[in-house]
Amino acid sequence: MPAPIRLKDHEVDTRLIRGRLLVGAVAVILLTLLLVSRMYYLQVVQFEHHSTLAENNRIHVQSLPPTRGMIYDRNGVVVADNRASFSLTLTRERAGDWETVLDSIIEVLELDADSRELFEKRIRQGRRPFEPVPVMFELTEEQIARVAVNQFRLPGVEVAASLVRYYPQKEHFAHSVGYVGRINEGELKKLDAVNYSGTHHIGKTGIERFYEDELHGQVGYEEVETNARGRVLRVLKRVEPISGEDIYLTLDIALQEAAEAALDGRRGAIVAIEPNTGEVLAMVSQPSFDPNPFVTGISFKAYGELRDSLDQPLFNRVLRGLYPPGSTIKPMVAIAGLDAGVITPSTRVFDPGFYQLPNNKHKYRNWNRYGDGWVDLDLALARSNDTYFYDLAHKLGIDRLHDYMSRFGFGQRVSLDMFEETAGLMPSRDWKRNRYRQSWYPGETLILGIGQGYMQTTPLQLAQSTALMASRGKWIRPHLARSVGGVQPVDTDPPADIVLRDQKAWEPARLGMEHVLHGARGTARKVGDAAAYRIAGKSGTAQVVAIKQGERYNREKTQERHRDHALFIAYAPAEKPQIAVAVMVENGESGSGVAAPVAKQVLDAWLLDEEGLLKSQYRPADSVLPVGVKR
Amino acid sequence: MNRGFDRALSDGDVLRRRASFLQRIHIDGWLLFLLLILGVIGLFVLYSAGGRDQGLLIKQASSFGVGLLVMVVVAQLEPRFMASWSALMYLIGVALLVVVDVMGHNAMGATRWINIPGVIRFQPAELMKVFVPMTLAWYLARHNLPPTFKHILISCVLIAVPFVLIARQPDLGTALLVLVSAVFVLFLGGLRWRWILSAVAAVVPIAFGMWMFVMHQYQKQRVLTFLNPESDPLGSGWNIIQSKAAIGSGGVYGKGWLLGTQSHLDFLPESHTDFIIAVLGEEFGLVGICLLLLVYLLLIARALVITLQAQTVFGKLLAGSITLTFFIYVFVNVGMVSGLLPVVGVPLPFISYGGTSLVTLLSGFGILMAIHTHRKWIAQS
Repeated sequence: MPAPIRLKDHEVDTRLIRGRLLVGAVAVILLTLLLVSRMYYLQVVQFEHHSTLAENNRIHVQSLPPTRGMIYDRNGVVVADNRASFSLTLTRERAGDWETVLDSIIEVLELDADSRELFEKRIRQGRRPFEPVPVMFELTEEQIARVAVNQFRLPGVEVAASLVRYYPQKEHFAHSVGYVGRINEGELKKLDAVNYSGTHHIGKTGIERFYEDELHGQVGYEEVETNARGRVLRVLKRVEPISGEDIYLTLDIALQEAAEAALDGRRGAIVAIEPNTGEVLAMVSQPSFDPNPFVTGISFKAYGELRDSLDQPLFNRVLRGLYPPGSTIKPMVAIAGLDAGVITPSTRVFDPGFYQLPNNKHKYRNWNRYGDGWVDLDLALARSNDTYFYDLAHKLGIDRLHDYMSRFGFGQRVSLDMFEETAGLMPSRDWKRNRYRQSWYPGETLILGIGQGYMQTTPLQLAQSTALMASRGKWIRPHLARSVGGVQPVDTDPPADIVLRDQKAWEPARLGMEHVLHGARGTARKVGDAAAYRIAGKSGTAQVVAIKQGERYNREKTQERHRDHALFIAYAPAEKPQIAVAVMVENGESGSGVAAPVAKQVLDAWLLDEEGLLKSQYRPADSVLPVGVKR
Repeated sequence: MNRGFDRALSDGDVLRRRASFLQRIHIDGWLLFLLLILGVIGLFVLYSAGGRDQGLLIKQASSFGVGLLVMVVVAQLEPRFMASWSALMYLIGVALLVVVDVMGHNAMGATRWINIPGVIRFQPAELMKVFVPMTLAWYLARHNLPPTFKHILISCVLIAVPFVLIARQPDLGTALLVLVSAVFVLFLGGLRWRWILSAVAAVVPIAFGMWMFVMHQYQKQRVLTFLNPESDPLGSGWNIIQSKAAIGSGGVYGKGWLLGTQSHLDFLPESHTDFIIAVLGEEFGLVGICLLLLVYLLLIARALVITLQAQTVFGKLLAGSITLTFFIYVFVNVGMVSGLLPVVGVPLPFISYGGTSLVTLLSGFGILMAIHTHRKWIAQS
């Protein structure tokens, strides 16, 4: 009979279960309150934190690199261009089995196993998730087309376009405009990280380096919303980049090419300056090189060949080549003598073929060992008489000689905007005491008077001193940029003009220089005879002292390379100078025989019209017909 | 006596007249109403979480319909009938688990499914969520409460067999939920507090043993990630960091429906299944979550009322277990997504996408309705 017991137990059970349910209900309410307070903590207390987290998740700032300024020559011919370059990128996370995709790329583009190895290396280097890794650069049109056609086989593979510097004039401006290259570690530390955040290239040499800030421009940025896979969904905010400034050069591509042609394959340097404005019209350092491989990254082998070449194509002879100026400084020494009052135009010196200091047996020889007899300033310049200038230098003394030569720019950097110009050397008593701990010897003054000895000049300094002779001491620093962003560069610290006690003193020096080419006994009269206008010039030879570093011994070559460098400076037309030129032909031996014709070709290219006549705007006002036209 | 009997009869008449249709098909109006509200909320959130995928929505809605149908069918069963068949169902369930263990269909790297192609495809473990508490309630109801030591021991065996089989699949989450539902039966059945306390005290060495010998690497990883999600922000900690960011960035009022960035930009993983509350939290804020929890509480309150009004011990134990287990689902899911609990694969009831879960839950509520609507009014007099 369990029924009564069941009935009694049922009430107990019900009470028991009701009690337990109450415990459960209380637990449910307490745990729900726990959840609510947790949510309160997340959504109210930590709201700012999580809001930031969520925003940082979705919003990314992408930098928009500015377009680099273009570089044109003085007539608007493009010298440095920005060209679209295509690279092939692969995103591992989108590619699935990326090694298979890589095989497909190799197959589609018909590349070899070496390329595959290289690509694989590049892919393994890129480590951020969903980051497209560039595997191949500089795709051709055909390669782009092949990738497009086979896109279905190439998941995660994209062709990315970017603007890359291109120098259409190739080697013509490698030494003046320079080139850009990939930003390296050292540069990265110094650069403005924000402004260069989207930039891969930076000016390494030349104009590209000097005007880097102006050419680069100002970076822009874009706030984009991305999903978890890094795909950009929409642009929230965009600040446009400001393109770099365009630069118009003072260089003239036609004159540049003519100057290079005039060198006719010989090693050397030519600088042509417009003396009234300081504009550099041509700047030649031969041999040169194509700067384009340096932009995308030159191969080690190709670079090694350039670096180790005996002809030193990478060496900027115009700015960094140091040569004794030889007789080319005689006109400036003459100016010094005239202004200091130690000579007059009619001062005469007897040349027996050598010069001797008082109480000294040493003979300082004239190049003409038989002597030129009685020599005045005009003849001394025309004949390049050494004895006259030994005497003049002795009369001046080293201190005055140093001061005057320095005013012509020797021993200092003369350019306004050229990168890595060398100062050269204009010796003085102080310099010698510091350098050699010796006093200055009078004999050293003598050889300085004919541009030998310690003195070292760059072709640019020679050209600038010639321009100063042409402009009668008007100092304008030679420069390569005619305008940067439409604005002419300003020289904040121009050197003082050379003002002589009597400005008429420039005249005898000019006349002497004219007689170098047009005088009966001028050293370069052969060149002058053929000229359609009057040229003022001066020849010179620079002794080659020692084998340069990095050159290997080679008997035949070395002997050729031991020959003197041929120098010539000139400006024309002599009456109304429009162009000043300095020419250096390495191992050319004869200034008047080798360098002078080169200089004349450069002058002709600038001054003559198609018919071989002096361009009308260059004709002196008082002369109706050009002098001595010969065809 | 006659008057009382008349009153009972007339009361029955009144009830029958007031809700005649629902009464006739054994459906509880309150539960149905709250379930439908949850279903609608779920579809709204799912539309956003699934990236406006209408196909997903239709699938979920039809699963919900199927679930309601199952619920109605289950509600027709007499609780006594359930009790009498529970032992057999339990045995069948265990047998199916063994079958799965031996030659189950492999899905997601774990062996969980019974698949008869073209006929049916289901997880036996899902069935055990109902059958284990039902069997235990039947077993305990046969004897006086509270259960004696012998009954508890047998109960433990009844729990342990399916638990081990499910945990071996491996599906520790479901195994634990089965365990929890069974423990609730024992708890409601008056398991003495000292037993409960000593079981809690035993948890520590058991947990240690599980860590050493039972748990798989991915399960250990979940626990480690729970303890310090920032240790691996891009790997296993990603889920919890992103879900907290989603909920937290919702603030009080949320970003608005379909405007949650975390889920729409795919930062939130599994946003339409286990982590769907994060989408709700992001788009509807604290207010939205509190309202959802309120609906759950109302549903649980009604289920507790049903439990209290159940006429048999079996009905009380089973209804109470279903109710409390349902709350555990909600608590564990919300707790895990908000970073209170380790990440275990528990979906949010009626909101997370997934047909199996819906059908299981609704059949549970069908049992509740059956218990409530099959009461014998005559017996009260």
